[in-house]
Amino acid sequence: MKPHRRKRFGIILFIATGLSVAVGLTLYALSQNIDLFFTPTQVAAGEVQVGQRIRIGGMVKEGSIDSAEDSLKVRFAATDYVNDVVINYEGILPDLFREGQGVVVEGSLDSAGLFQASRVLAKHDENYMSVEVKAALDAAGASTENYSTLAEN
Amino acid sequence: MIPELGQFSLILAFCLSVLLGTLPLVGASRNNLLWMDLARPLTAGVFVFLGISISILAYAFATDDFSVQFVTQHSNSLLPTRYKLTAVWGGHEGSFLLWTFMLSCWMLAVSIYSKSMPIDFVVRVLGVLGVLCAAYILFMLATSNPFDRIVPLPPVDGTDLNPALQDFGFIIHPPTLYMGYVGFSVVFAFAIAALLSGRLDAAWARWSRPWANVAWAVLTIGIALGSWWAYYELGWGGWWAWDPVENPPLITWLFGTALIHSLAATEKRGVFKSWTVLLAILAFSGSLLGTFITRSGLLTSVHAFASDPTRGFFILAILGVAVGGSLLLFALRAPLMKSEAGFDLVSREVLLLGNNVLLVVAAASVFLGTLFPMVYQAITDDLISIGPPYFNAIFVPLMILLVLLLGIGPLCRWKKTSISYLTLQLGKVLLSSVALGVLIPLAVLLEFSFAATVSVTLAAWISLSMLKDLANKTANKSSRIKGLKALSLSYYGMQAAHIGAAVMLIGIGLTSAFSYEKSVLLEAGQNIDLGNYNFQFNGSSAVNGPNYVGNEADIEVKKNGQFLENLYPQRRIYLASGTPSTEMAIDAGFLRDLFVTLGEQKESGAWSMTIYVKPFIRWIWLGALFMAFGGIIAAGDKRYRRLRRRQLEKVDNELSSGLQTAG
Repeated sequence: MKPHRRKRFGIILFIATGLSVAVGLTLYALSQNIDLFFTPTQVAAGEVQVGQRIRIGGMVKEGSIDSAEDSLKVRFAATDYVNDVVINYEGILPDLFREGQGVVVEGSLDSAGLFQASRVLAKHDENYMSVEVKAALDAAGASTENYSTLAEN
Repeated sequence: MIPELGQFSLILAFCLSVLLGTLPLVGASRNNLLWMDLARPLTAGVFVFLGISISILAYAFATDDFSVQFVTQHSNSLLPTRYKLTAVWGGHEGSFLLWTFMLSCWMLAVSIYSKSMPIDFVVRVLGVLGVLCAAYILFMLATSNPFDRIVPLPPVDGTDLNPALQDFGFIIHPPTLYMGYVGFSVVFAFAIAALLSGRLDAAWARWSRPWANVAWAVLTIGIALGSWWAYYELGWGGWWAWDPVENPPLITWLFGTALIHSLAATEKRGVFKSWTVLLAILAFSGSLLGTFITRSGLLTSVHAFASDPTRGFFILAILGVAVGGSLLLFALRAPLMKSEAGFDLVSREVLLLGNNVLLVVAAASVFLGTLFPMVYQAITDDLISIGPPYFNAIFVPLMILLVLLLGIGPLCRWKKTSISYLTLQLGKVLLSSVALGVLIPLAVLLEFSFAATVSVTLAAWISLSMLKDLANKTANKSSRIKGLKALSLSYYGMQAAHIGAAVMLIGIGLTSAFSYEKSVLLEAGQNIDLGNYNFQFNGSSAVNGPNYVGNEADIEVKKNGQFLENLYPQRRIYLASGTPSTEMAIDAGFLRDLFVTLGEQKESGAWSMTIYVKPFIRWIWLGALFMAFGGIIAAGDKRYRRLRRRQLEKVDNELSSGLQTAG
């Protein structure tokens, strides 16, 4: 190879190596930090492994909120109007957290099979329904229009 | 009738921008002076009619005209006037009108402050911006008209502005962010004009540099304001959440930062030309991507507007045509762009290249993390989310590398520097930075933390190497003061922005390392310790505001047993919507923030609340202010004006000779 070709080849090799290392590391970091999303029905069917960090979307079931009087512990059911998942959380719930409204929780199943949430997200705007809540309701055949009838059944 | 006038002037603005996007461009390519001269008046016209349009929308808000659907959705007769006026950007339609109006402000600025550039170049810049403006207005008229009426029966009152938005931050954050975002359209237009005219010399870089600096500075402030607002309004104790809608401004900012550095190399040394043009296109694409993500409803986020697929498709089409078209043009013209100079392996050019590579990789990884869930869903139909750990794992090491380069860059010479020179210059700086990094956090906060040590070391590395550079630059003058006076504004701008990076680093490092937070349930009279502080809850009382009711807690703060102050966090219910909202109480300080957010009251009368102690958090935003200040004074460097005058004479000569040959 001629010297200038060798130099150019070196540069290309260097860039290619750097690029593949960067892409490799990025993809590794990405794969380590994916939070899968589950619907209440999927959780009830036992699709979630213990300790796996996941997100669950659904509606806060009417009458299910049970907050302790002497601590910040709170328990409520997230529902897609077919199945419910009981969510345990310790902390202050977001402003817009309410019965009959959409909620997304982040957390994992503990060894006793109880879902411990590390974060509870309520929607930010009155007219806005989170993609995740909508997906959960759609999967269960419920929608914002007909969920009240489903809820009564 | 008045809202229809608003729509009418929007349509007029559309017609004028279509003219602006066609006639002057054709004129420029055919060297037709008459058609080129249309560009400035047309720009002024677009600005005036968009100005009328947005004023009329504001007027509809101010006069509670609830027959306008957008007003009904985002206002209420009880809303304080300042929020009525700013509710203009409280929803999708109005905020897009603001966005377009901001673009016309930049266009007007270009048409005024470009008297010294060659006319065909200015005309191409304005023409490209005209095309963009026409696309935006068409989008508004077709899918999101802010002047749509509710007929025949308008509601008596509006549904109110989202309570989370009823805050000072909402008045200033969106306009500033948009102004910065849209500013990159100007730099983009400069790049496209350069590609169209084939004038890809250093002069092009010199013309765009002040605009890129200002747009970058405004975007910096806009992002910092957003971070500050989210911090105190949302009451979550953080300052950055890697939210899918926070990320596009950051991506744009990262490309923009790369761009202003690469422009420096292009202007001074005539290198990296095609790369600079590509960065201008990328930064602009980042800003369009931000619009697309917020307005298409594709991602779950606190910022997302109510979704409508047609809007998403429309913006995607604009994005596709603008980015695809400019990349195609770039590919056609890139072979014309040749570097004017070579450089060695150890030189400022290579360090700037390193800066660019790191920033672009950072931007790309944020982009990947933001869009990956969308792509994943499209392929597998499963929903996923990418959490902050991913972004931190990628971003933090990249920024550490970047800061290491930052300490060397300013001391390094263009073209060629010897390693022994750099070692001589920076050896002591390195040692003292490490020493300071270990000692300062220990001395100030009496604790050791790896993160704090790293961040203070890096901050000291930036600051000390800058001092060293200042010392070198003033060493040969008769006195230091004279030496300092002789340095250019753009040099000071650079140093101010770099100091900003150091200040921000300290803020980020110390806040991450030494923050405390605790959620507790307190009854009146109870107290709790956190760090050196003691918080005592003295009870709560009812409060009434103009459009809300609520409760206020009285919390007494002591430091090391000494009384410090009282904090009064509130929990409000907004009357029109029935939405609850927390107003946190902050004691903001230069060295630390204390704040309390109120949760809910239990039947026993006890309140749940979260208490935070956040050392040095203000330094994050202070650093951003320094950066922005640096960008703005660098843009004011007299070199740009001087060169403009020289350029003017040159162009006049060219034009007269051109006319002679034409005649």
